[in-house]
Amino acid sequence: MTDWPSAGRIRWGWFLLAAAILVLLPLVTETLTPTLLLIWALFALSLGMMWGFAGLLSFGHAAYFGLGAYTYAIAVLNIGESTVPLLLSLIVPAAVAAAIGAMMFYGRISDVYMGVITLVVTLILFKFMSATAGDAYKIGAARLGGFNGIPGYPTLNAPGFPDISLFGMPTYYICAAALLLSYLLWRWILARSFGRVLIGIRENEMRCELLGYNVAAYKTGIFALSAAMAGLAGCLFANWAEIVTPAMFGLSQAAEVLIWVIVGGLGTLIGPILGAVVLGYVKILLGQQTLIDNSLILGALLIFVVLAMPRGVVPALQLVWGSIRRRARARSGRHGTRRRLGVSPAERV
Amino acid sequence: MSTILETHGLTMRFGGVVAVNNVNFSLLERELRCLVGPNGAGKSTFFKCLTGQYPLSHENGRVLIRGADVTGWETYEIVRSGVGIKTQIPSVMNGLTVQENLWLAARRIHGWHGARGAMEEIADELHLGDLLRRNVGELSHGQRQMVEIGIVLVQRPWLVLLDEPAAGMTGNEVERLIGVVRRINLTASVIVVDHDMEFVRLLNSRVTVFHQGAILVEGPSDQVLADPAVLEVYIGSRAT
Repeated sequence: MTDWPSAGRIRWGWFLLAAAILVLLPLVTETLTPTLLLIWALFALSLGMMWGFAGLLSFGHAAYFGLGAYTYAIAVLNIGESTVPLLLSLIVPAAVAAAIGAMMFYGRISDVYMGVITLVVTLILFKFMSATAGDAYKIGAARLGGFNGIPGYPTLNAPGFPDISLFGMPTYYICAAALLLSYLLWRWILARSFGRVLIGIRENEMRCELLGYNVAAYKTGIFALSAAMAGLAGCLFANWAEIVTPAMFGLSQAAEVLIWVIVGGLGTLIGPILGAVVLGYVKILLGQQTLIDNSLILGALLIFVVLAMPRGVVPALQLVWGSIRRRARARSGRHGTRRRLGVSPAERV
Repeated sequence: MSTILETHGLTMRFGGVVAVNNVNFSLLERELRCLVGPNGAGKSTFFKCLTGQYPLSHENGRVLIRGADVTGWETYEIVRSGVGIKTQIPSVMNGLTVQENLWLAARRIHGWHGARGAMEEIADELHLGDLLRRNVGELSHGQRQMVEIGIVLVQRPWLVLLDEPAAGMTGNEVERLIGVVRRINLTASVIVVDHDMEFVRLLNSRVTVFHQGAILVEGPSDQVLADPAVLEVYIGSRAT
């Protein structure tokens, strides 16, 4: 195996620390807000992987978040038990994304055109779901409910035991496990050929084609995988909120996840997670006051970060940390040389 | 020796401009061929037609590689048939290290375990060993050209297409490049597209001269480069 700095690596110490914090957090606080933040982090991670490592910008990633939520709600109302609906909430968004992705990437559509198409997809879903209020719009036992959405479906249960509900703290731990495992999955992918080719595609798509890689297939693959993860986040959101509405496909949801990823930092996995957690929490806090519209503050924050740290907060911090370490190493190297030469630091004056 | 690359009536139009005009071309196994011509002669368009970078249909003529009709194939499919391609402007992954660039090229052919060995071998051959951990974007133009040649060679192609490989290289680098091209030619057929007549003269191969999208003349380099028609097209166009 060769050294691949561009793919990054797992820092197990930090990972285990984060896992320990997530495990112990319910001992010191309620779990409702942390659960929501974990779901948003998972959603941001799904976009951050695709955008930051494969260079595919989707303006409408909310489509797959919403599809995952609606798929779960509709399926669980029909099936009654949550295991299959949970799996469907990954499969359906992935299948839809694979179909849309194949049309775009084999049709050589990319860059801003891809952004427009993905945005239009989510807005179509928003419009469609908002217009399903009539009795005609039902799938089996599930009425789509138009703008009011679908309430009152069963939340997650222990696999095979519909009577054992996992609502509340178990849902928190499910979300934490989903986030940690998704992080490990992306890291595993980045350490394999598939991830490395994706990084190559981000850097130079034509060169990857000239190396014999089927670029359209790789792009379709990561688009579908990313949609599956967004679908999982949507499913977990549906369990947290206990209602799904067309707002999940809305422009606000689509824009927010982009902001989380940009502010957190592209080309990192931890950046989108931190972006979603911090900005999500700020949004919740701002939502508790009426003095100023929280969109204005989040917008101002985005402009500040884009101007001051164009690559995002985490890459900027990594640069600062790297420069501090280099200086410290250089200083200790100079001291070592002085010591070897028998010159004390005081004699330098 | 058998013919490994043929074009029949290859034509490429951009609006009213005929960039490649009814070109019938053939290349033998282990042959080294230079395609020359002044700027705008159609060399690079012809090159892109061969490599699938310009999508073709049978209305554009036919391209055969080892007897297989590859007209309309995607670029990656042509590459997978054993063709290595170096483009006019160095097409490398600037944000990655030299090592990462070479590894990506080696991985598809040599597999996960064999990629590192193949990469190191080619880095030694092209004197890239000291640059392996450097980002390609930080390198000079000539060094990036050499990295791209490494990317092509590590795939062990049997047909190598080099578009202006000597552009931007220093005298020493060009000398080394000539040695590299000759070594490639020991195991693969090579087409070199260039308008640097001195470089072509040093390669001392068979030469095809393009003019206004068509083949003007073809033959051994000393004979072709002394041809009055070539001199008129070439020097005449340079003089203007």
